Amino acid sequence: MLAFIAKRLLLVLPVVFAVALVCFMLVHIAPGDPLVSVLPPDASAQLAEQMKRAYGFDRPLPVQFGIWLWKAVHGDLGTSIASGRSVAEEVFRAVGNTLRLAFLAAFLGFAFGALFGFTAGYFRDSWIDRVVTIISIAGVSMPHYWLGMVLVIVFSVQLGWLPAVGAGPGGWAWDWDHFQHIILPAVTMSVIPMGIVTRTIRALVGDLLSQEFVLALRAKGLNELRVFKHVAKNAAPTTIAIMGLQLGYLLGGSILIEFVFSWPGTGFLLNSAIFQRDLPLLQGTILVLAMFFVFLNLIVDVLQAAIDPRIKRG
Amino acid sequence: MTIVATDIVRIAVVDKARGYWTNVGRRLMRDPVSVLCAVVLILIALAAIFAPYLSLADPFLGSMIRRLRPIGTPGYPLGTDELGRDMLSRLVHGGRLSLLIGLLPVVTAFVIGTTLGVSAGYVGGFVNQTIMRTVDVFYAFPSVLLAIAISGALGAGITNSLVSLTIVFIPPIVRVAESVTTSVRGLDFVNAARASGAGPLTIMRVHVLGNVLGPIFVYSTSLISVCMILAAGLSFLGLGTKPPQPEWGLMLNTLRTAIYINPWVAALPGAMIFTVSICFNLLSDGMRSAMDVRS
Repeated sequence: MLAFIAKRLLLVLPVVFAVALVCFMLVHIAPGDPLVSVLPPDASAQLAEQMKRAYGFDRPLPVQFGIWLWKAVHGDLGTSIASGRSVAEEVFRAVGNTLRLAFLAAFLGFAFGALFGFTAGYFRDSWIDRVVTIISIAGVSMPHYWLGMVLVIVFSVQLGWLPAVGAGPGGWAWDWDHFQHIILPAVTMSVIPMGIVTRTIRALVGDLLSQEFVLALRAKGLNELRVFKHVAKNAAPTTIAIMGLQLGYLLGGSILIEFVFSWPGTGFLLNSAIFQRDLPLLQGTILVLAMFFVFLNLIVDVLQAAIDPRIKRG
Repeated sequence: MTIVATDIVRIAVVDKARGYWTNVGRRLMRDPVSVLCAVVLILIALAAIFAPYLSLADPFLGSMIRRLRPIGTPGYPLGTDELGRDMLSRLVHGGRLSLLIGLLPVVTAFVIGTTLGVSAGYVGGFVNQTIMRTVDVFYAFPSVLLAIAISGALGAGITNSLVSLTIVFIPPIVRVAESVTTSVRGLDFVNAARASGAGPLTIMRVHVLGNVLGPIFVYSTSLISVCMILAAGLSFLGLGTKPPQPEWGLMLNTLRTAIYINPWVAALPGAMIFTVSICFNLLSDGMRSAMDVRS
């Protein structure tokens, strides 16, 4: 097991390097001067040159990348061009809100997805199966930012039960004042993972139930609950892989939902970085989110190997 | 991913009888859900294409005194938007751009991804390693984040959002194309063709492509719905279409402030995105099972 983890950790290094390279290049595929938003429009050529040197944009690209990477490894993601504050500080202030939202959405999506998926797979071709299939297809086809708007229309505008925007006054706390703000965005975000988890588990359980070992278990006289336990165990590795991937998508893909609900997370930060053309902030936020995604995949791989002994041998 | 891949490979190795596509078409026609979705999509597409000839109201002509009329107002069957423009006309006209930016990236990615994936799968070795490891890097980003990052860095605009969406959809298509090609490459008829002296390009074109295009195509159709949602999402954020162009994602954005006055008109463009995306999804599912001869 330890050898497997070590091997996976070693394999993740080139990926981390490549991800950093892509994030770095983002600033350089951008048209125009990255400093254009800080310089006054009538800035002299001399001032522009000075600023360029101050931000290090005058060095050759590989050198810039080396310096940037060295600083990033030490937790320094540069300075936001628009606000003048440290990018790392800005990102870490926002990332807590994104994590809370993503984990709550994941919990809802996975719980309902697993429930629906197992039920539909177990009662294959019944009316339950058909209803669940419709729900899951609607879930994966849903423009979730629109669902967010519709939920706001129903629960905030018409019923007035829940607040429409923001994360509550001051910092986060687990009380009703704050929690009521997270309900609508979390429900909205949970719809896509719910649909995908449902589809996956339904197909898995259906396949597993038609395999011979299930027939053998039943012939042996096990009751349905015990048979179900065996099926669930066999479905676990793939389910965990799908769930890990979905959690990663939630972390990185929350920008649209955060925009709809003005949720003060990394997506909101990204949005303002894009429209203020604050490239260091854009770069830093994406780097942090991509790193979360890479390490989440790593954890999923290790978890899978821990559950399923067949993977380690391969 | 692995489930998808084996599932697709199973479709691939089905022996191709004469009139295979006719059979698939016939099986698809027998599925009422697929037929319904196809009809809905064709109607929306036709309405969008022929929008200028449908004698609808001018989609750009606003009126300060007729803003945000509710659905069912005489003369405005679907109400008016925040600038008093006719919603029905804007929804129909909006289909032109919305369908284009939802389809074009997948079509482009299909062409590029198939070329790269089939080459990687057939040639193998160094070429395979280079292509597939590059693709792996893009898998380290969640797709929404990647699309927003690229089009955010490039700046707002339709072309930039088309480019970023194409880049997002190439890697998954390459992976599927590579895995299908690898499974076909070792089959007897490819060896037979090689033994009879056919060059690699001929084998790829005649023997490999014919067998792998179907599965890659079906996989790509399943991406259309994702692309529709993402493309409209980029416009919704303000990264795609620019006002006053009618486009569903952008309309949803500009109507966001109207939800306190006339909520259901504000929700209409999203309903269009949802309808198109669910139809593409169901149609793609129908096509997959029509091609899977096991069932």
